[in-house]
Amino acid sequence: MNSLVSALPGRRRAGLILALGLLLAAPWVAGPYLLSVLVLALYYAYVGQAWNVMMGFAGQLSLGHALYVGLGAYVSATLYLHAGLGPWAGVPIAAAVSAAAGAVIGFLAFRFGIGGVYFALLTIAFAEFTRIGFEHVDWLGGAGGLFLPVVERGHLDIVDLRGGPRLFYYVLLALTVAALWLCHRLRTSRIGYYWLAIREDPEAAQALGIDLFRYRVLAAAISAAMASVAGSVAAFYYNSLTPADSFGSAKSIEIILGPLVGGLGTLIGPILGAFVLTGLGEALRALLDVTGHQVPGATQLFYGLVLLLVIKYLPGGIWPGLARHLGLGNRVG
Amino acid sequence: MALLEVAGLTKSFRGLKAVAGASFTVEAGAIVGLIGPNGAGKTTCFNLIAGAIRPDAGTVTLDGRPITGFSADRACRAGIGRTFQVVKPFVQLSVLDNVTVGALRATRDVATAQRAARQVLELLHLDHKAGQLAGTLTLPERKRLEVARALATGPKLLLLDEVMAGLRPTEIDEMVAVFRTLNRETGLTILLVEHVMRAVMALAGKIIVLHHGRIIAEGGPDQVVRDPAVLECYLGGAPA
Repeated sequence: MNSLVSALPGRRRAGLILALGLLLAAPWVAGPYLLSVLVLALYYAYVGQAWNVMMGFAGQLSLGHALYVGLGAYVSATLYLHAGLGPWAGVPIAAAVSAAAGAVIGFLAFRFGIGGVYFALLTIAFAEFTRIGFEHVDWLGGAGGLFLPVVERGHLDIVDLRGGPRLFYYVLLALTVAALWLCHRLRTSRIGYYWLAIREDPEAAQALGIDLFRYRVLAAAISAAMASVAGSVAAFYYNSLTPADSFGSAKSIEIILGPLVGGLGTLIGPILGAFVLTGLGEALRALLDVTGHQVPGATQLFYGLVLLLVIKYLPGGIWPGLARHLGLGNRVG
Repeated sequence: MALLEVAGLTKSFRGLKAVAGASFTVEAGAIVGLIGPNGAGKTTCFNLIAGAIRPDAGTVTLDGRPITGFSADRACRAGIGRTFQVVKPFVQLSVLDNVTVGALRATRDVATAQRAARQVLELLHLDHKAGQLAGTLTLPERKRLEVARALATGPKLLLLDEVMAGLRPTEIDEMVAVFRTLNRETGLTILLVEHVMRAVMALAGKIIVLHHGRIIAEGGPDQVVRDPAVLECYLGGAPA
């Protein structure tokens, strides 16, 4: 964290510290509803950051990232329910499982030169296989899903990650900050330079000595491991998980909206995008409630509209333009 | 000893022999020009040496090590740096970052690589553009960036594919001066494909002429430009 903060110019450092301060204080000011919205925003900020490693950095379009999130949720929940293993031990195991899944899919795709749209289709296919497969495993709850024991109100057990929204808010905030730090470290080290080179032009990157296969598989594994942790936390937060919710393509799409709107390939973009989208989506829902309308799928339509507008008017996302406007420099990050 | 030895190199594309049994050597520390009419197989030859495509037959040896059929990244790690005829800058990265990617071949440390990259940029008169996105460069600048990136990998052999094309005469002279300096001061071996004869004549100690995938002439510049076969198929006009 220190290197991230000290590497920034004054205004950016001030901005980052201010944002972090606000986020740390928020649960003591916000009501239960606002807190649940913030938990959601942080969840998407974190998982968007994970997806951004693969697409924004390494240029590999994954439209099946729900697979890694869902595997994280299922593995840690199953370990907790069937083996009595708490999340602190379960999360690393789940992350390893997701990383292995990411590496295997990456291995298959990149070994056989499947790229671009075909790679995206492959990622959707694997997520769908897994969803259908899990619906038929009774041990994992089948299509009905798994349920974790719900805790009493006010109960706080950090060891087993049992508690109210405030606990999960801080867990997700810590994860989001850790992911920001990790992505900053990755982005400014050799692996990050190599990923961006591969994203920009694979053939030129290879001619500069970069082993495309190795660095693409690494991106897939790291991104999958990061995404997995979000799934684990969500499982313990919601206490229930079903194959349809965990691995469905709607989930995969929700994951990628934040980085797309906020700024693909940037560090702040996925966080900003998640907060903007979650905030606007909830505001719309509240507005519809107040005016007495019941429109199923309204937020999804709205997200689609926001995405269209961003692609049309801000192809790089909100963050690059905003950063320039705030005098925070126009460089990536 | 020859740094690069190419023997019987052959590559067909759907029955068309792009390179048909080409054999030649490039001595360590030499600058060799590869010329010939359009479609003669020059770029294919480059791609075969640099690992972008695999040969149907023949061998490529660099510094005594066989590198035939190496992938492009392995060829680079073996000591081959190349530029692309159609430039391939990383447009959304800064000029410095573009070259840093190349310099990271020799070191893991980004700061060290950036220092090396700055030196290469200075050499190619691009240091004042270091902070700009590569996408904002003009074509002549992009050509120089292409060379800078390849140089930053620290190659034993630099393959230049028409880096002079589209440059003004003064820019060509500048580029020629850069390669001369590099060759003299670091002993860098260069193989260049080039249509700009002004540059080839100024740089190359030996010229190889390809026509329909075969070598039709080889020798010193003065000797090659008087060769009747070369005049007929490529340079045109009667010997003076």
